[in-house]
Amino acid sequence: MVSAPGSDQVGQVYVSDTVRAAVKILIVGHFAVGKTTFVGTLSEIRPLRTEETMTQASELIDDLAGSPDKTTTTVAMDFGRLTLSERLVLYLFGAPGQKRFTTLWKDMLNGALGALVLADTRRLDESFDIMGLLEEHGMPYAVAVNQFDDAPLFPVAEIREALDLLPETPLITCDARDAASSTEALISLVEYLQTRTSQEHR
Amino acid sequence: MSPPHRRERGLVRPYVVTDGRAHPTRNTLDLVTLVTAASGRPLSGLSPEKRRVMELCRGGALSVAEVAGHLALAISVTKVLLSDLIDSGHISTRPPIPRAQLPDDQLLQEVLDGLRSRL
Repeated sequence: MVSAPGSDQVGQVYVSDTVRAAVKILIVGHFAVGKTTFVGTLSEIRPLRTEETMTQASELIDDLAGSPDKTTTTVAMDFGRLTLSERLVLYLFGAPGQKRFTTLWKDMLNGALGALVLADTRRLDESFDIMGLLEEHGMPYAVAVNQFDDAPLFPVAEIREALDLLPETPLITCDARDAASSTEALISLVEYLQTRTSQEHR
Repeated sequence: MSPPHRRERGLVRPYVVTDGRAHPTRNTLDLVTLVTAASGRPLSGLSPEKRRVMELCRGGALSVAEVAGHLALAISVTKVLLSDLIDSGHISTRPPIPRAQLPDDQLLQEVLDGLRSRL
């Protein structure tokens, strides 16, 4: 029996009949950087989660040294939805960086417009893996520093240098709890994607 | 906000649900492919999982990822189930706007306009 979706939802469960296109943007970053908060702040539906368990074969070779109390490897993904116009919806997929490429990652990257990397100034080095993965797969991204209340404020130039960002990669500050601030971060990403496509057409 | 309701663990292992198959019959399904139930197809003969998919999808269009999330199924399993249901005519995918009618730059502009209108 399907637990009737709709009874406790933030908004409408189903996609509007007029919608003809769905696009996706990835919200990525390390553990506890605010991905789920970001998706939840912007989503019109109650955010959903799916989990994918590794196949047995990959479990055998999986490196569990970093998490000794973990016996199986699960990749979780949180996602939400925003209706952008009567014919277009945007899905936001939030997932942690994985050292090893998984099917879930392949699914997420496939056809995505771009990615927003959430970063925490207290742990900038933990963003390197995910940025590397995106670059490896040619996925354009912008970086948004999720400004935690107790995190120190650094000059933008210092953060850029610490993250070794290309000059054109947007770096913004946002508050993942705030809808306007999170929307602005997405806007910066999409504006950047636009400049990239217009360059390709030249 | 309360955490999303989901089953912690199914009664059967994922491959039982998919008749032992790990791959869908078609690989055109993306996480954001919109699917909806076709009307008037009998549910007799469908497995319990496929019935659950049908019950959910009867309400309107959802993305593949949303179907997985609502039913607490893995994406890979959901794709197998949906592919079968598309093959049997139970589920239809919403036709996307042809690429030629909506090139990348226009699509990005629509995304941007939609985001800006939310501010």
